Formats: sequence, C-alpha cells, structure tokens
Amino acid sequence: MVQHEQGDVLCKKRNVLVLLILSILLGAMILISTGMGYIHIKPFAVAEIIISRLTGNWHHLDGLDKVFPYVVWQVRLPRILTAAIVGAGLSISGVIFQGILLNPLADPYTLGVSAGAAFGAAIALLLELPILGVYTIPLFAFVGALSTLLFVLSISSFDGRIASNNLILAGIIVATILSAGISFIKYVADEQVSVIIFWLLGSFNSRTWIDVFLTLGIVTVGGLFCLYFARDLNVMALGDKIAISLGVQASKVRVALLVAASLIAAGCVAVSGIIGFVGLVVPHLMRFVVGPDNRVLIPSSALLGGSLLLFADTLTRAILPHEIPIGVLTALIGGPVFCYIFRKHRRIMING
Amino acid sequence: MAKTIFKISGLRFSFGRQPVINGIDLDLEAGLFHGIVGPNGSGKTTLLMLMLGYYRAETGRILFDGKDILSIPRRHLAREIALVPQDFSINFDFSVRDVVMMGRYPYLPRFSPPSREEVQKVSDILREMGISKFADRSILTLSGGEKQWVVFARALVQDTPVLLLDEATSNMDIHHTIYALDRVRQRIRTGKTIIGVFHDLNLAAMYCDRLIFMSNGRIVLEGSTEEAFCEEIIEKTFGVSGTILLHPQTGNKQMMFQKEATL
Repeated sequence: MVQHEQGDVLCKKRNVLVLLILSILLGAMILISTGMGYIHIKPFAVAEIIISRLTGNWHHLDGLDKVFPYVVWQVRLPRILTAAIVGAGLSISGVIFQGILLNPLADPYTLGVSAGAAFGAAIALLLELPILGVYTIPLFAFVGALSTLLFVLSISSFDGRIASNNLILAGIIVATILSAGISFIKYVADEQVSVIIFWLLGSFNSRTWIDVFLTLGIVTVGGLFCLYFARDLNVMALGDKIAISLGVQASKVRVALLVAASLIAAGCVAVSGIIGFVGLVVPHLMRFVVGPDNRVLIPSSALLGGSLLLFADTLTRAILPHEIPIGVLTALIGGPVFCYIFRKHRRIMING
Repeated sequence: MAKTIFKISGLRFSFGRQPVINGIDLDLEAGLFHGIVGPNGSGKTTLLMLMLGYYRAETGRILFDGKDILSIPRRHLAREIALVPQDFSINFDFSVRDVVMMGRYPYLPRFSPPSREEVQKVSDILREMGISKFADRSILTLSGGEKQWVVFARALVQDTPVLLLDEATSNMDIHHTIYALDRVRQRIRTGKTIIGVFHDLNLAAMYCDRLIFMSNGRIVLEGSTEEAFCEEIIEKTFGVSGTILLHPQTGNKQMMFQKEATL
C-alpha cells in the first residue's frame, strides 16, 4: 500500500525521488545497451561518442576504433531509442485506457488499434504496394489503426456520450472482425505469409533516425496532452457526476484522451509491430509504487515502460543466441509478471 | 426580499422517448434547505442533474443566480455548486485525503501543489467529519457507507454557495446520517443553499425548510415544511396513509405510517 505522508502527491518527496531514479535508470540502460552486441563498446565510450556527435567536437574520439561511432550512431542508437520511446508510448497509452475505461484489463489495444494496424500492414504486405518505400507499411498500419479507432468510437457513442462498456464491447467486436480479415489475408498470401507473420510479432530491427523522430514526436505531443488532463482523469475515477460537479467536462475529456492515447498506440504499432503486455503491465506496476494519481503515474510509467521495453529488446538483440520477436518476448516476460501482481494484489483489483 | 437562486421555467426532459420531466416551474430561495421528495422514477435525481447542468433540457430553462445554467463555464460552476451523488464509483487506490482534496481542485491550477491554506481546509473537514484517523487509508478498504461519507466530505470541502444532495446519506447508519445532515444544516447559517433529494420523509421533515413533492415528472406541491408536510399531500404523492405527529421535544412534524393491507 502506498504511504501518503502529506497533503498531495505533488509535494511528496518520495514521488520526485521515484521519477529521478527511473530517469537515471533509463539513461543508464540506453548507454549500457548501446555498448552491448556483436561489437562490445564500453558505456563510457558510448557516452563520449554521443557527446561528441551532439557537440560536433570530434577530438574526444582519438584512440577509439573508427567503426565505433558508426555502430553507435547509425546502427544501435536508432533502434535503442525507438524501443525506449515505443515502451514509453505504450505505457502512457495503457495508463489512459485503464484510467478512462476503469478496467484493469484495458490496454492500448482495447479499442482495436492493434488489429487495425495489423490489418493495414497485412494489406500493404500482401499487395506489395511501393508507395512510400520502407514507410508504406507503417503508413498503412497507422491508417488502419486510425480508421478502426474512429469506427469503434462512432459505433459506441450514443447522444454524444460514450459508456466504457460499449467501448470495450465495440473494440472487441471490431478486433475480432479484423482478425478474421487478417487470417484471410494470410490464407491468400502464399509466399508473403511469413513476412506478414513476422511483422505482426513486432521488431525493432534496422530502425532509423526517422523512426526515432516519428515516434518521439507522436509520443511527446500525445504524452504532454494526456499529462495536461491527468488531474481531470483522477476525478473521473469517481464517476461522471462528481467529475462534472468538480468542473471537469467528463464526456469531452474522455473522447479527447481516448483519441490521444490511441494515436500514441497507433504510432508505436506502426513503427514496431504489435508489442503486447507493456501497456498492460507497466501502469499496474507503477500504481503500486507511486499510487493512482495520474499526474505522477503518467511520467513514471513512461520512464519505466521505456526501460522495460529497451531491456526486452536488448535481451533479444544482444544476449539471447538467436533474435526472437520482441512481441513474443514481452508476452513471455509480461504474462507471468502480470499473473504474479494479479495474485498479489487481487483484492484491490476486485474491490475496484 | 430573499434572493432567488434557481429560477426554473417550462422545464422538460426525456431519456430517449421516455419523458422524465414534464414541465416544471420552480423558484428556489437562497439560504434555505430545500427537500425534494417523491416516489421512485418521479424525476427527482434528473431534476437535480438538470440543475447542475449535467443534462441539457429539451425545452424550458434554468436560471442560476440570473444566468442560464448552461451558459456558465463548468469550472466556474464548480465553485458555485457542489454535489453528493446517489451513485459514484471509486476504482483506484486513492487515499481518503486524496479524494477529499479533489474537492479543492476547482480552486487549484492543474499542476501546482496545494498551498498550506488548502491543505488546512482539507484537514479541517477531515476533523469535522471525524475521519482524520483514517485519512491515509485507501478508499478501496472502506465500507459502502464510509465511502459515501468520504464523498460527502469532498463535497463539503468544495465550500460552494449551493450544495446538491442526491440521497446523500442512503448508505449511512442513522448516527452518521444525522451527523452529516447536522453539518449541512449548520451551513445554512452561513448563507448557503442546500437542495436535497430524500427517500426518508421524516428526515426531510426534520431538516428541510421547504419541501417539493414530485410525481411523474411534475411538481405536486412546493411549500414550507410546516404547510406541505401533511397527510393528504403524502397520500396523494406516494399512495400511503399515516398520521402526522409533532415530536414532543423538538416540535418537528413526523409521520407514522400504516401497513397497506391487514396481514
């Protein structure tokens, strides 16, 4: 149980400390994991390369292998940063979905975003459309996710109000239809089927700086938007009537946050494929540490989610003898972890 | 001449095709405790939610302090009207203090920690309601009545000129009910207006200055408790009969009910 020493979460030193520790953890993990792999580079050298790259001051690098800067800057960092940003994005999205749908099982994919993205990507892969080169598939995935979201929102709203149960139900129905569609595409895909399956399992392999900036942009803008409404989301946990009596336009805030969280998830899925469990588990873990106030929960979940997904990606990239799909790995790690915290804190979840 | 805080005219509202409010005209005077009573489904809660601007009336309008309720920005309204709702949900592990602190949100910027004054206001209410001791407990560990108590405290700390109570004590035992309504009644002296929906007619008669009897989305009668609380009106509204007596000590009107059939 969380100890509440003072009047408000924002003045609690403990929460500031947690955020600080998580930031340092993420920074350290970026440095260490960048050094790991086929060519081993010391974290200190990694830091030097990053600093000299950012400052344009190259004489720091005298005495280092000439290949190192290329490996660090062109090969590893884009992948590592993309993994961390996607982990952060999925976690923020998970916090919002759980907070709005008041359902501990909600995750970034509850509204069918992942099925939509997968369907879009599968079509692009099946037809081998060369519209935007390597960005064709992310584009199709993003459009697929977005249209699914809009469809789910439109069929679950009545009189301008959206009830949580309707949303979850609509999300499941649409996701089921799309899954059937994906199965059909796989069935007719012939030799393309392995490419489709591989994409669906998720990967950060050969990400570029463009991927980094795309995800960074959408996760930062979306994350700040969610953070702005974090306190309103707190109040909405007491029901719409209380929220409205406290000056929160619950219906509008709900739709705005659902769209923002789904856009974040769609952006992440488009770049990385479908990575499960991060968005489900991380918010639960953080809630046990910092409590339910979304103003602290959102940033801390983002930091932890970034670290965890980066850890999983480093595991499959540099530690395991063979690279296994990241989506499989997160489910293999996340599933048991979720079972554990579920057993341990079941009372609290059921009471909710 | 006392100020009219709510001026309701020609109000109609329905859920889908089901009409709930069928034309209500009502003026409510500021600084009094108004009780709304009526059978299930008579539109009491809906009327209260319309007065909060939670629902939008189809026809007619509600003037709050001379302004159309729907034209007042929500955040501004949150400093004017507080609510203890009939139904509320608490799904996350907030502490009692966190939940009560939410009553001060309308006065605080989104990200600034509360000032010492604000923290003090919350502590004062916690003390007044006798829950300082479990202020740091998770709300999820409390019983239904205790949760309602905390939600009640949250509305009191909002410190608004108007307080709406929708069966605000329905889950509380009789001691807590009386204690809570006493706290509310006390606030009438500082010029606040209370509008409460009651199922318990005798509680309404004990605490309210004026009573509104509702039936089928219409007002049967509005008047001072003295005049309105009588056998005929209660029988007409609820279809039950009984006898009204005066409390020997306080002189309050109280109703003794009769069984409907001889069993």
